[in-house]
Amino acid sequence: MTAQTSPVSSIDLISPDSRARIDDSIAKYPPERKQAAVMAALLIVQEQNGGWLSTELMDAVAEYLEMPPIAVYEVATFYTLYDLEPVGRHKVYVCTNIACMLCGCQVIVDHLQKKLGIELGETTADRKFTIKEAECLAACGGAPMFMVDGVYYENLTPAKVDEILDSLE
Amino acid sequence: MTTKPQPKTAEPPPSDLIAIEINGRSMQARKGSMVIQVADAAGIYIPRFCYHHKLSIVANCRMCLVEIERAPKPMPACATPVAAGMKVFTHSEAARYSQKAVMEFLLINHPLDCPICDQGGECPLQDLALGYGKDVSRYAENKRVVADLDIGPLIATDMTRCIHCTRCVRFGQEIAGIMELGATGRGEHMEIGTFIERSVSSELSGNVIDLCPVGALTSKPFRFTARAWELISHDAVSPHDCVGSNLNVQVRGRRVMRVLPRENEAINECWLSDRDRYSYEAVNSDERLQVPMIRINDRWTEVDWSTALEFAASGLARVIDQHGADQLGALAAPGSTLEEFYLLQKLMRSLGSGNVDHRLRQVDFSDDDVAPVYPWLGQSIADLENLEAVLLVGSYLRKDQPILGHRVRKAQLQGAQVMAINPVDYDFTYKLAHAVITNPLEMVKSLARVAKALSARKPGILAQKPEWFSALEPNPAERAIAEVLAGKDRSGVLLGNYAASHPQAAVIRVLAELVAEAADATLGQLAEGNGVGGWLGGCVPHRGPAGTAALSGRTTQAMIDEPRRGFVVLGAEPELDCLDGAGARRAMEAAEFVVMLAVFKPSSATTRALEYADVLLPLAPFTETEGTFVNCEGRAQSFANATRPLGEARPGWKILRVLGNHLGQSGFDYVSIDDVRAELDRGQIAPSGRLKHRALAQRLSGERPALARITEVPLYAVDSCVRRAPGLQRTTDNPPPPVRMNARQIEALGLDDAQQVTVRAGEGEATLPLLVDPRVPDGCVWVPGGYPQTFALAPHGATSVIKAAGA
Repeated sequence: MTAQTSPVSSIDLISPDSRARIDDSIAKYPPERKQAAVMAALLIVQEQNGGWLSTELMDAVAEYLEMPPIAVYEVATFYTLYDLEPVGRHKVYVCTNIACMLCGCQVIVDHLQKKLGIELGETTADRKFTIKEAECLAACGGAPMFMVDGVYYENLTPAKVDEILDSLE
Repeated sequence: MTTKPQPKTAEPPPSDLIAIEINGRSMQARKGSMVIQVADAAGIYIPRFCYHHKLSIVANCRMCLVEIERAPKPMPACATPVAAGMKVFTHSEAARYSQKAVMEFLLINHPLDCPICDQGGECPLQDLALGYGKDVSRYAENKRVVADLDIGPLIATDMTRCIHCTRCVRFGQEIAGIMELGATGRGEHMEIGTFIERSVSSELSGNVIDLCPVGALTSKPFRFTARAWELISHDAVSPHDCVGSNLNVQVRGRRVMRVLPRENEAINECWLSDRDRYSYEAVNSDERLQVPMIRINDRWTEVDWSTALEFAASGLARVIDQHGADQLGALAAPGSTLEEFYLLQKLMRSLGSGNVDHRLRQVDFSDDDVAPVYPWLGQSIADLENLEAVLLVGSYLRKDQPILGHRVRKAQLQGAQVMAINPVDYDFTYKLAHAVITNPLEMVKSLARVAKALSARKPGILAQKPEWFSALEPNPAERAIAEVLAGKDRSGVLLGNYAASHPQAAVIRVLAELVAEAADATLGQLAEGNGVGGWLGGCVPHRGPAGTAALSGRTTQAMIDEPRRGFVVLGAEPELDCLDGAGARRAMEAAEFVVMLAVFKPSSATTRALEYADVLLPLAPFTETEGTFVNCEGRAQSFANATRPLGEARPGWKILRVLGNHLGQSGFDYVSIDDVRAELDRGQIAPSGRLKHRALAQRLSGERPALARITEVPLYAVDSCVRRAPGLQRTTDNPPPPVRMNARQIEALGLDDAQQVTVRAGEGEATLPLLVDPRVPDGCVWVPGGYPQTFALAPHGATSVIKAAGA
């Protein structure tokens, strides 16, 4: 294989299905403002990639949206919903913000850590779970709460946590 | 939220002015201007880190907080527009309190280790901490630490020192036009950097060092070598391109320690290209020639000046005696000074030879007789940013003349349409509105088709050469280029370095002139180095100083094709500085006697000068000589030497003067360079972009080879100085020269699996790495010139590429 010029095009890393979904997002904005779709595009390719973003995938998004790669890294490093390291099959975001804190989220966090044998921000050895601390997820009425794979679970107790996690594959 | 800086206009109408008061002083301010701008204009200092007059306003450092009457809280002066009757207090108790509070926050994470920081002594944070900081920090917790990534050979990073002003990020987005640094992470974890380890590639990258208000971004080559207060600054001018950027050459003792921009709003503003900033490394290199040397019986001996000059003079006199003065030729590097050009041609012509030229990378000289008095930009540099349409012909403006590239980018940001007819789809920092990317010969026809598309406006333009145009039919891109050029009030055509070195450069020039005339556009030509000085100094074979008649002679190409018996080479390395490097070497080897005025010792790795030269005279580079550079707008900038010549090197004008004496020529008795300047009175030469007439006998286009070589000289290979600047040589802009073709072409040649290929062009051959590059058009192979690995290849015409043996 002949050597390539840099930068190597990485756009092919985005699957056709993801591209179709990104295109739907792009269509929501004026044509010259494609980069407005960057947050949606990152979520889509993250999903495609098993829950995390590699540098190559971020480069692919940059190329697809005609943005400088660093501008995509800025977005991906700013928001906690993007993961830049491989994660487990299920991502658990535990809210530790004020309302959840007052309603005893520390019990939930302790229970999760003990049950799974990992600290916040880590992934279990069987790559089943990643637990992360989240800032307010806007469900204060049901505090303490967590979000697992995009689904909210409220009024948590250790028993309820066991039930939820044990039901997952 | 960013606010665009207000465009500056000359004199605002009175209705635009409002009265405000700063620190009790009444003043007029323009509506919409920011408090800090008004204060700056009035000479009232407000501390700041993130605000910079050339960058957008972000108001994120908060250092410029001021008290404003009736405002409930302190306001950032950089982002607060003036209002009628506003009363601002920049030094009141409340303002000072806010400023001190901000300083305390800035210093929370900033290391307090100025003695080991390279910025110490010229650091705005250090200076302002003196005025606004506390004696003792109340902060006892751990400070943030940021890991550093290597971002290339020019900029050193210490991001732990960063105060997040984002000037460097905004510079990338707004000025360099290529965002390479960004703010990743959030809150406490925010870091400025490239995120992944990669070299920054902007040709203007070094400016972030000047912009950085702390020691986070510093100059890698300069780092830890000197303190600001040890340096003496000297005004200088850059020799590397036709811009003539203004420099501060900073010297400690006799050594040039660094080069910084000297602000000149008309030329380089406050910026400097990396080439101009870092080329000084070469003047301190071990490769400097410091003592005159002569070769007797193939042995080089160091001698004193008088022996060397006597040896040189007698050798040249012998050539004249035995073969006649016409057998003498002189080649000057385009980066020589005006005075050197003038004295070189005066010496040659007084010896009876008109064979003198500085256009070493030009091969087509057929329009010399009708050429304007010097290649002119067609407007001032500052005016470039007012163009509404720009057509670049054979120009990688961004890299070849970075400061002009920046001006054109500014025009583009204001809505100008930039278009190109180029042999490579170069990476500009903006989208080209229309472009024709095609092989070198087709480029000429393409320009002709643009002229034809414009002929509806001025049918007369085709009259001189109807046969050129009759069979041509413009394609949509060419029609669009014509339409845009003609449709805008202020449009311009710029002929770049590639156009000047094109085998049919004269045809390109005449066609560009037709296009410019039909579209009412300005026509600009870009010469290399101090090329304008070369023309005005008379260092061309067909004209004397300032375009006067003089003894005529042979061009560079003619001197190569019909080698002379004796040569004087001023500051050039023939193999690398001549486009036809192989031909230049042949000519030098065929000569009986070669005198070289050289800044650097010839290296046997790059040149055979040690075999063909007879005398080497150590020449002072731009930092060690007084002289004049004339830039592309015709602006002559004289400068004094920043430091004394190294070793026994001498300024070129002095060497040529004494050589004139030794050769017994009269009129070489100058005492100072002012005497030379007085004699070389350029008078009032009106610049012109126009050829005198267009009677050219050339054909429009030549025979197109199956595979044509595209030869251009990349920005860090242009002259002997930058070729020896280690920092520049290691940048991503200066990879080992590859062979570039597009994938179709590689497949057509059956080279799909080749890593190394052998290129043959003319009588030369080179084995180089092969790169797939979609920017190269079909039928072309792009091999850069100016490198030891590639100079043997003929610059133009038929080329073959095969898989390298054993690869």
